Amino acid sequence: MSRIKSLLSAGAVGLAVSAFSSPVFADALAGQTVKQEVNVTAIAMFVAFVLLTLGITYWAAKRTRTAAQFYSAGGGITGFQNGLAIAGDYMSAASFLGISGLVYLSGYDGLIYSVGFLVGWPIVTFLIAEPLRNLGKFTFADVASFRFSQTPIRVLAACGTLVTVAFYLIAQMVGAGQLIKLLFGLDYAIAVVVVGVLMIVYVTFGGMVATTWVQIIKACLLLAGATFMAYMVMAQFHFSPEALFAKAVEVHPKHLAIMSPGTLVTNPVSAVSLGLALMFGTAGLPHILMRFFTVADAKAARKSVFYATGFIGYFYILTFIIGFGAIAFVSTNPEYLTDAAKGLTAIKGGSNMAAIHLAGAVGGNVFLGFISAVAFATILAVVSGLTLSGASAISHDLYATVFKNGNANEQDEIRVSKIATVVLGIVAIILGIAFEKQNVAFMVGLAFAIAASCNFPVLLMSLMWRGMTTRGAVIGGFLGLISALIGVVLSAGVWESVIGYPKGSAPFPYSNPALFSMTIAFVGIWIFSLLDSSARGKVDQEGFDAQYVRAQTGIGAQGASAH
Amino acid sequence: MALSALEIEKNPKFQELVATRKKLGWSLTVLTLIIYFGFILYIAFDPKLLGTPLGAGVMTVGMPVGLVVIIATFLIVGVYVMKANATYDTLTAQIVEESK
Repeated sequence: MSRIKSLLSAGAVGLAVSAFSSPVFADALAGQTVKQEVNVTAIAMFVAFVLLTLGITYWAAKRTRTAAQFYSAGGGITGFQNGLAIAGDYMSAASFLGISGLVYLSGYDGLIYSVGFLVGWPIVTFLIAEPLRNLGKFTFADVASFRFSQTPIRVLAACGTLVTVAFYLIAQMVGAGQLIKLLFGLDYAIAVVVVGVLMIVYVTFGGMVATTWVQIIKACLLLAGATFMAYMVMAQFHFSPEALFAKAVEVHPKHLAIMSPGTLVTNPVSAVSLGLALMFGTAGLPHILMRFFTVADAKAARKSVFYATGFIGYFYILTFIIGFGAIAFVSTNPEYLTDAAKGLTAIKGGSNMAAIHLAGAVGGNVFLGFISAVAFATILAVVSGLTLSGASAISHDLYATVFKNGNANEQDEIRVSKIATVVLGIVAIILGIAFEKQNVAFMVGLAFAIAASCNFPVLLMSLMWRGMTTRGAVIGGFLGLISALIGVVLSAGVWESVIGYPKGSAPFPYSNPALFSMTIAFVGIWIFSLLDSSARGKVDQEGFDAQYVRAQTGIGAQGASAH
Repeated sequence: MALSALEIEKNPKFQELVATRKKLGWSLTVLTLIIYFGFILYIAFDPKLLGTPLGAGVMTVGMPVGLVVIIATFLIVGVYVMKANATYDTLTAQIVEESK
């Protein structure tokens, strides 16, 4: 119990907002992990995965000549494939190990996280996916700036993208280094460099085609591995959930409390604020939005979210079974504990290792190696997608549109995005190493809050509201971005846990600012658009009809064949 | 001669497409919000409720409820995709054809 409390307070913001910062990352990000002995099976399986994906990258590189192929795989990905890729972006190592670890520690609370992560998808489907596909080309800024003055909106969108990507990427890199140290027995710095270099290779040579296929393969491996684990657990209990839960309740130190909500959600304002960040953050994550440009049309975009929601929902049910399976088989086996007398909380490597130990318990050493390799592959695939979306913002939004006024040569634009990828990769490696001992759990929470408070309001309002003007969008968007940033810094997760002010001194009492910063963004856009009587504002509003017709019907949209 | 945006907007089929999409999209959005925030606020205001035992065993109300929220989310998206596939694409194709 006290351990859970300390875990929860270790990164209150991050924890409250995201599974990336649930036990895995709270442990991993706090820099407390211990290096394991070298795991040869796991490394062999990982090398096999890397060779396969490098083969795909080589194949993709030969097909990546134009900007459209580099950014959006030429629009040639099917709805089903894209569904798998989107699910892959979402099923990070953190949500796999983190949610199962949270279930292992506190049972039902893990399910509350899963649900929060899933419910953003209907919103993406109903409000964003189809108009996004009809209006956009490579980045969500294409859509947000459609009828507005290009430079200010692109700069805003690029800021929103880069800030979101940067925080997300640092959290992933630090978590990756710690996890790999645990899983493979590699040095932290070597692990971070391996992830960074492989990511640069995938993205620069293979662009979106390679990034997507790496993600699809990993999603299949992860789904297969998790399914096998859940199956083996359920088989032990003759497929009776009641029997599994009964065993877990019997051996877990919190007993019956693991069957009901615990301390995760208590304050209604925090609960709503967190819910908003999870729901609408998903609809503003640039690396997710970018995936809708890889399919042929609005119909395929719609289908891909349907498949993605199915895979993600199924995956979260599996992680729940895996967490309970770990309570039953890992916490009771002294082999997996540092101190058998202390029981469940003394799990080797921390609660983030619950799923990994369970793999060994139900499937033996080879399966343990397989699951460890899949966890590594997962990190790699997610950081590749993030880096590609950051690089697109730099080359497509900033370089081609802002600096070259839309007159950039296509080959130059690709070259800039490749340079941007290498630079982002190197920066990610350096920051990953620099933040090794830091508590960066808040960073993913911040990424979600900014996505929900800057990217999402600007995108949604530009699609729905005729009256929005360039000035309204820019002021409202930046207000959202800044207020989200301030809200996170002033909340307990950063103010107390990172900066080190005493407990209870945080000026912002809630764990997530989204409720307030989203309101500020929407109201800001609304008021400053109403007050805007400039000539530009009139042009912006008159452009609505053309945008509206294209958003609804796709007339004039970038088709798969047009690429 | 292709029609302008303003002319396309006058097409009754365009208006039908927009009206259907608005109705379906927003009503399902509201439904999703009600389900999710209903779930979260129940937990926030009355955490005991979902911990009520179901029958004689250890199973609590919260378990099936959580599972239902996950499945409902998937089904809502499924309903949208089915309805959208049935109406949007034919209407869109007709509008595109008539706008040429």
